[in-house]
Amino acid sequence: MSAPPDTVAPVRRAGSERPGRPRRSRSARLRYAGIVAFFLLPSAIPLALFTLVPMAGSLWVSLHEWDLITPMTWAGLGNYAELLADPATRAAFLHTVAFIAGYLPLVYAGGLGLAVLLNRAMPARDLFRAVYFLPVITSWVVVALMWKWLLNPRSGVVNWLLGVFGIEGPGWWTDPAWAMPSVILASAWKDLGFVMVIMLAGLQAIPREYLDAARVDGAGALARFRYVTLPLLSPSTFFVIVISLINGFQVFDQVHVMTGGGPGGATQVVVEQVYDLTFRYGRAGDASALSWLLFAVVLVVTLAQVRAQRRWVTYG
Amino acid sequence: MARALRWILVVAGALVMVFPFAWAVVTSLTPEGALFGTPPDLTPDDADLGAYARLLEALPFWRILLNSAWIGLVSTLLQLVTSAMAAYAFARLPFPGRGAVFAVYLATLMVPMQVLVVPLFIEMRAVDLVDTYFAVLAPGIASAFGVFLLRQAVAQVPRELDEAAVLDGAGHVRVFVSIVLPLIRPALATFAIFGFMASWNAYLWPLVIIRSPEFMTLPLGLASLHGQFTTEWNVVMAGSVISVVPILVLYVLAQKHVIASVAQSGLK
Repeated sequence: MSAPPDTVAPVRRAGSERPGRPRRSRSARLRYAGIVAFFLLPSAIPLALFTLVPMAGSLWVSLHEWDLITPMTWAGLGNYAELLADPATRAAFLHTVAFIAGYLPLVYAGGLGLAVLLNRAMPARDLFRAVYFLPVITSWVVVALMWKWLLNPRSGVVNWLLGVFGIEGPGWWTDPAWAMPSVILASAWKDLGFVMVIMLAGLQAIPREYLDAARVDGAGALARFRYVTLPLLSPSTFFVIVISLINGFQVFDQVHVMTGGGPGGATQVVVEQVYDLTFRYGRAGDASALSWLLFAVVLVVTLAQVRAQRRWVTYG
Repeated sequence: MARALRWILVVAGALVMVFPFAWAVVTSLTPEGALFGTPPDLTPDDADLGAYARLLEALPFWRILLNSAWIGLVSTLLQLVTSAMAAYAFARLPFPGRGAVFAVYLATLMVPMQVLVVPLFIEMRAVDLVDTYFAVLAPGIASAFGVFLLRQAVAQVPRELDEAAVLDGAGHVRVFVSIVLPLIRPALATFAIFGFMASWNAYLWPLVIIRSPEFMTLPLGLASLHGQFTTEWNVVMAGSVISVVPILVLYVLAQKHVIASVAQSGLK
């Protein structure tokens, strides 16, 4: 989600007519158009059918009342107005924000910490890096199932372990107060390795001379980290934050498997709400409107990030 | 001292990463009666493969595994071909309105699956394709992300190379196949990894569009297993273990490249 590429316009090269742009006869032009179509249509047709048409369809449905069975009736912006007034919408967004608020700091601090630890030479470093990355390649469903079992209140290993230390473990995903932390824990565990790899790449791109210079000037390890490493890592941090926010707002798989939005709606996030509205309550119009509201929020948050980056992201 | 501390932290962290997988294996080998013992039985003497047998009875699991594998492979291949071709057009074939068309491609990149799920489901229902392989595969035929990624790679191929080929009388198809494609192999590999992982792990769309067990993909099969065997965690973990093994093998083989690809994506 960096700045949109502005290199779309063909690069003009001084003094040379570009090959492949025949401006001769009509048949040559037609032939060229055919070549362009040949290269473009294999992606353009599926994207039109399975992305553009549904996008337009989704906007259209969002302006109607529709139970997916009987004919739809026009509602105008009524669905949007209804959703904005509905406390369930506010709750869904609040739960989503709560998820992000728990998940992002955890995964960022953990990932950065691991990256710093692994940035220096040590035995079997590549092995450790591979191990930390293992959950990233595992599907959300598997991760959610494994953690649901680990966090089983009655016979899960985690509560047993806590019991060994004399702590009575909470009810985790069965307890409304602990359900969201359970989802956050599983999510952070899965994505830790991803953040670590991004931050590690950022760390390794920092020129040694900068750190050496700071050392010569008498900066201690902490000062070097705070005033040299962190600012130079800001592009990686920016990337992690933008991606995590986008993914965080769209959180669904792990919630659907671990709690299904429960208990008592405690983890009812926005996409879970979209899913329920459509397939449980047959309110396709409201579901579509809600998904566009979410899209608008993600867009605004992402654009705000891109704007704000000027103030804190240093491109060395 | 600091060195030892660092070592301890790294090893402890690695244990936290590995333990859930190890525990899934242990659980999958635990007979049902021993599942809910406290403390949990860490080394079940009476380990058996009963959970795996029950898993194969409950679901056509090998078929589901195969579904995930071939859907992943086919959609990755299709995306590679369609994206690379479009990338070539956007980088090398100027035509009026090209910028606008590319902007539309980028716009589709920003729309998340959850916006598309409802209308896509309706679209598939309208043409009577709900609960078919084609429906699962459809959103994975083309990838705007792939076009974007590969266009950067094609743009970096020195123009002199294809100009020379054109002078030698080669057409665009020849230039594309024998000059551009071999030169963008690293980008193709990166995209293939992302594409396969995305397909292998996809849950929301298959959940919406698939009903019959014989068309299910792994995430869907596993989730339905969980719905079916709410307390038989050994069966659920057996399914999880089987589903992790293939991707784990691939990962071990391509581990360096996978991590490098992800690291790259953050450096831009």
